[in-house]
Amino acid sequence: MAKMTTSLLLAVALVGTAGCAKKRPPELPPAPVAEGDLGAGAGAGDTSDQYGSSALNEQFKREVMSDTVRFGLDQYDIDPEARRVLDSQAQWLAGHPATRITIEGHADERGTREYNLGLGDRRANAAKNYLAARGISATRITTISYGKERPVALGSDEAAWAQNRRAVTIVIS
Amino acid sequence: MMRTAKIALALVATVSAQAASAQAVPSAPAPVQQGQDDGGLVVDVEGGMSAPLPILIPAMPTAQVTQTPAGSTDELGQKLAQIVNDDLRNTGLFKTSGPGANRAIGIGEVTAPNYASWSGGQALVQGYVRANGNGSLTIGCYLYDLAAQNELVRQGFVVSPGDWRRAGHKCADAIYARLTGEGGYFDSQVVYVAETGPKGRRRKQLAIMDQDGANHRFLTNGQAIVLTPRMSPRGNAIVYMSFENRQPTLYVYDMATRSNRKLVSNVSQTFAPRFSPDGRWILFSMATAGNTDIYRIGASGGEPQRLTNSPGIDTGGSYSPDGSKIVFESDRGGTQQLYVMNADGSNQHRISFGGGRYATPEWSPRGDLIAFTRTGGGAFRIGVMNPSGGGERLLTESWGDEGPSWSPNGRVLMFFRSAQGSGRPDLWAVDLTGVARKIPTPLDGSDPSWGPLRP
Repeated sequence: MAKMTTSLLLAVALVGTAGCAKKRPPELPPAPVAEGDLGAGAGAGDTSDQYGSSALNEQFKREVMSDTVRFGLDQYDIDPEARRVLDSQAQWLAGHPATRITIEGHADERGTREYNLGLGDRRANAAKNYLAARGISATRITTISYGKERPVALGSDEAAWAQNRRAVTIVIS
Repeated sequence: MMRTAKIALALVATVSAQAASAQAVPSAPAPVQQGQDDGGLVVDVEGGMSAPLPILIPAMPTAQVTQTPAGSTDELGQKLAQIVNDDLRNTGLFKTSGPGANRAIGIGEVTAPNYASWSGGQALVQGYVRANGNGSLTIGCYLYDLAAQNELVRQGFVVSPGDWRRAGHKCADAIYARLTGEGGYFDSQVVYVAETGPKGRRRKQLAIMDQDGANHRFLTNGQAIVLTPRMSPRGNAIVYMSFENRQPTLYVYDMATRSNRKLVSNVSQTFAPRFSPDGRWILFSMATAGNTDIYRIGASGGEPQRLTNSPGIDTGGSYSPDGSKIVFESDRGGTQQLYVMNADGSNQHRISFGGGRYATPEWSPRGDLIAFTRTGGGAFRIGVMNPSGGGERLLTESWGDEGPSWSPNGRVLMFFRSAQGSGRPDLWAVDLTGVARKIPTPLDGSDPSWGPLRP
C-alpha cells in the first residue's frame, strides 16, 4: 500500500516536471539592484553580488555561454542545455588554470526552507561533478547552497520559479 | 542580558509553603493536580471558541500610589490587568472584559470580592500592585468563581520594575492553568528572523521578543543572512544558521554573554538545528557532496555523530520530549515525507502517507502530537498528527504557511505565513482548534521558535 502510494506520487512528480521543463520562461524583469534600500552594511559579505563583481568574473561571464544552468521542478540532473553551458565553462576554466570558482545552488520558493538548502546543495554539486568530469579539478571548485533565500526572478509564478531553480558559477580568484 | 540573569521573579509566599517552594522549582505550572476533581469552573482547551468563558478583569488597585521606574503603581495596575486580559482573550477560550469595561475596585476588595456586585461573568480576576522598599514590585493575583463564590487562585509575584509585564503573564498563566488543567505559556519568549528589503535581497536579523510581541530586540545586525533560530529548552541559548563570510554553518548564541560561537567545525554546509529536550545535544543536517544527512553533536561542541545515511535529503530533525526518538523529513521515497527513528538512528520508518509533501516536523513538548508543514495543490498548510502518523488534522491553509513551533504547553503553534508575489512573511499563531491570529512584529517575521515557560 505504502509502495503503491509512493510510486503514484513519483509518477505525478515526473509528469509535473516534464510539463514545466518544456515551458520556456518568458522575458522577466531584471533582478533589482537594491543596495540603496537596505541601509549601510545590509547584506554585506554573504552573497555573490559582493564578490561576483570582480573584473575576472566579469570576464568569465562575457566569455562563456552563461554563468547559470537551470533545473526542473525538484530536479538536479544536468539536461542538454545545461551541458552546453557547463561545457563552455569547462573550456574557459581549462584555459585559465589558476582560477578558482564557487558554484551557488538555488531553489524556488515553493519548497520549505530547510529542504531547499539541501536541494540547492544537490544542484551546485551536480554542476560541480559535471565540470569535474570535464577535467576541471574538484579542488578548484567550492559549492554553497542558498536554498530559496536569493531568488533572481521575483514573481510567484512558474516562469519565475523556473529561473530561480539554478546553479550559478562565480570565479572568485 | 545581565538584567535578565539577575531578575528575581519569584512566587511570593502571600499564601502557603507550596507557593514558596515553587520559587526554587523552574515554574512548570503543573497541569493542575488540585483542581480537576473539586468541581467548579473548567475550560476545555480542545473545545475552542464554542463556548468561551466570560471572565471579568478590573484594574489592579494599589494601596499607595508610588512612582517606580516602570511607571506609577496605579498605572501599572491598569496595564497589568490589560496584559492578563489580552493573554486570556488571545487563547480564544475566554470572553474577557478588561479594566476599561469594569468598575474600579478598592484595595480591600482584592481578597474579599464583592460577589453580588459583579454580573456578566463567570470568573473574576483581581489583583494589586505594591512598590517595595528595595525597588521591586509585588503583584498579587487572585481568581474567583463568581457562581460558586469561592477563590480558585491566589498568587503573588515579585519582579524588578523592568520585568513588570512578566508578572501579568505569570498571573494569566496561573489562571489559564487553573481553569484549563493545562500548563500556561504566556510568560515565554519567541526568537525569530526579522526581515526587510526587496524579495531578491532580503535582509535578515535574529530578533527576540515576549510571546505577545513586547520587549522586542534584535540579536544580529543583518550583515549576513540568518535562518532557523531555535531556542534552547532553558532559554539561555539560541542555535541558528548564518551565511557569515559565505560559509553557511551553525552558531550558538549565548543569551547571557551575548556572544556567538561556531557549533560545527566542518567545511560542509550545516543547517536545520534543534536542541534535545535536555539541552545536551543539538540535531542538525549537513550537506556533503550533494547528499544531506542528520547528525547530532554535543551542545557545547565535540565530534558529530551521523544518524541517517540515505541518498535522499534527510533534514528537519526534532526529538520527542523524552529524547528517545527523532522525527525528521526525508525524500528518500521520492517526495518529502515524515519519518521517525530511535535517537541512535535505528529503526527509521515512515509515518506520513497523505498526498503532497510533509516537512518541518516538530514534536510537541507534551509528546502527543507532531506538527508539520504540508504542501501541495498550490498551498502550504500547518497540521498535526500522532507520532504514529494517524489522526492527521490540518489547522491552517494559505499560499505559504511554514515552520510550526510549539508553545511550551503544546497547545498553540507559531508559524510564518508568506504572501504570494511579494514573499513577505508574518508571524502567526494557531491553536489546536484551528483559530489563528497574527503576531505583531515591527518588521516582517519568519522562522519563529517558541522558547520555554520562564522560571
